[in-house]
Amino acid sequence: MTARFAATALNLSNYRAEKRYRLMLFSMTAMLVLPVLIILSILVIRGAPMISFEFLFEFPRAGMTEGGIYPALLGTIFIVLVDLVFAMPIGVAAAIYLSEYAPDNWLTRAINLAIINLAGVPSIVHALFGVGAFVIFFQFGTSILAAALTVAIMTLPLVIVATRESLQAVPHAFREACWSMGATRWQTIFTVILPNAISGILTGLILEVSRTAGETAPIMFTGAAFFLPFLPESVFDQTMALSLHLFVVSTQVPNVPEALPFGVALVLIGIVLIMNALSIVFRSYLRGKKKW
Amino acid sequence: MVTEPSRTKVLEVRDLSIAYGAKTAISGLHLDVFENEIFGIIGPANSGKTSFLRAINRMDAFDSAMKVRGSLRFMSTEVASWRNDYALRRQIGVVFPLPVGLPMSIYDNVAFAARLRGVRKKQQLDEAVERCLTRAALWDEVKDRLDSLGSQLSGGQQQRLTIARALSQEPTLLMLDEFSIAVDPVTTMRIEDVLKELKQEMTIILVTNLVQQAERLADRTAFFLNGELVEIGETEHLFNGQTKDQRTTDYLEGRFG
Repeated sequence: MTARFAATALNLSNYRAEKRYRLMLFSMTAMLVLPVLIILSILVIRGAPMISFEFLFEFPRAGMTEGGIYPALLGTIFIVLVDLVFAMPIGVAAAIYLSEYAPDNWLTRAINLAIINLAGVPSIVHALFGVGAFVIFFQFGTSILAAALTVAIMTLPLVIVATRESLQAVPHAFREACWSMGATRWQTIFTVILPNAISGILTGLILEVSRTAGETAPIMFTGAAFFLPFLPESVFDQTMALSLHLFVVSTQVPNVPEALPFGVALVLIGIVLIMNALSIVFRSYLRGKKKW
Repeated sequence: MVTEPSRTKVLEVRDLSIAYGAKTAISGLHLDVFENEIFGIIGPANSGKTSFLRAINRMDAFDSAMKVRGSLRFMSTEVASWRNDYALRRQIGVVFPLPVGLPMSIYDNVAFAARLRGVRKKQQLDEAVERCLTRAALWDEVKDRLDSLGSQLSGGQQQRLTIARALSQEPTLLMLDEFSIAVDPVTTMRIEDVLKELKQEMTIILVTNLVQQAERLADRTAFFLNGELVEIGETEHLFNGQTKDQRTTDYLEGRFG
């Protein structure tokens, strides 16, 4: 006597509900991708004709309505590099401390809360802090250094959170196994934890680069200039920057050819996308080498 | 309690209590472990077996919730008074219930402890790796792929790798915490044979859920229940029914609860 399988009404309604939820969740996800695709395609369609060797490697001319974006491109790269010099070591070190050393007490919780709040402070407030602290108090003047430090402070939470999460994703059993062999916390971190958290740290690096390249408010008072006819010679000089340049040619300068801002935006997004692509390649290379 | 005053005591535990926050894991523990014996610890879950092992190698230093009180002397020195608890841990090998192959090559797994001791010469490391893997009955299976990941071995192989790693510490005391949980019976027997040989050189504490495993291996056996030591004695005597406590008899005969 084998009972024949027959779907009950409940089975069927569960099945239909399952399909409905799946469709709903998928369409939400699709809605997320849509704006990205639209932005990218508009930028490429309208900005791509602008991109040429001259556009990338010449100074702006004729009141920024002609010529290229070389000083702004270079300035953004400088700001990002100086920013990374400060943000990465501090962010990664703080994340290691919070994840591996900090006891679970009120102080640690307060620090974690402060980090979250730091990420929530509006960028214009960071800009004013940067003016007060770096431009005036430390007397860096409006400079690449002041701008980079301001953005670094603003974007530290990105690095800290991404790094801390990747550290905590490393199974606790690895730590216990190392400790029980007599490894110190630092030996454990250096030999086992960090090598396995490297892809998360890279994610933090990418987020950091993207944010830094794109930020406008924090750098416009602290180091980025409207227009400069020369390149910066040291970190104590002002510089042009792509993000500010985009704002300027879009809203502040008359008679700019329509395609120019799209070209600037495309280059800005291009930098970020190239960084992303590099990190994906590097991460998959690392994943091939190591995984538990 | 059976005591043989002539034998060297590797561990002397007096009135040891362990608590995690408000939860007591062990209370009033009092026992000795002698040199070159296999000391079995049996008992159901939550009886404090693992906490006891963690107290011996001072894992409380990494766990702020874990509080240890009382006296625990390893090689005649109070463990809490070791100025360098890392040096203490280097003398104590630990094998966990679930195998932990570190995410590095098989070679690096076994060379880890030697490197911690400061050994840098390739030849010395090679020798240590081969010796420890051989003793853990794993060498023949992995000698051609020492560069592949330790974490990608099968469960039984990983557990032998863990044992090889513990041996590479050249420990005075080897502690095994339910090592056979994730290991097939054949591998378990092979490891048990290894342990019988290792007894000549080191002291072994064997925590096990398998009463028969304690019977096969342990010289003396302690029965833990709910954080207390119910009974301790020569394994042979316990399994011959010469128990002092009815609860031990019940547990050994599987009539528990």
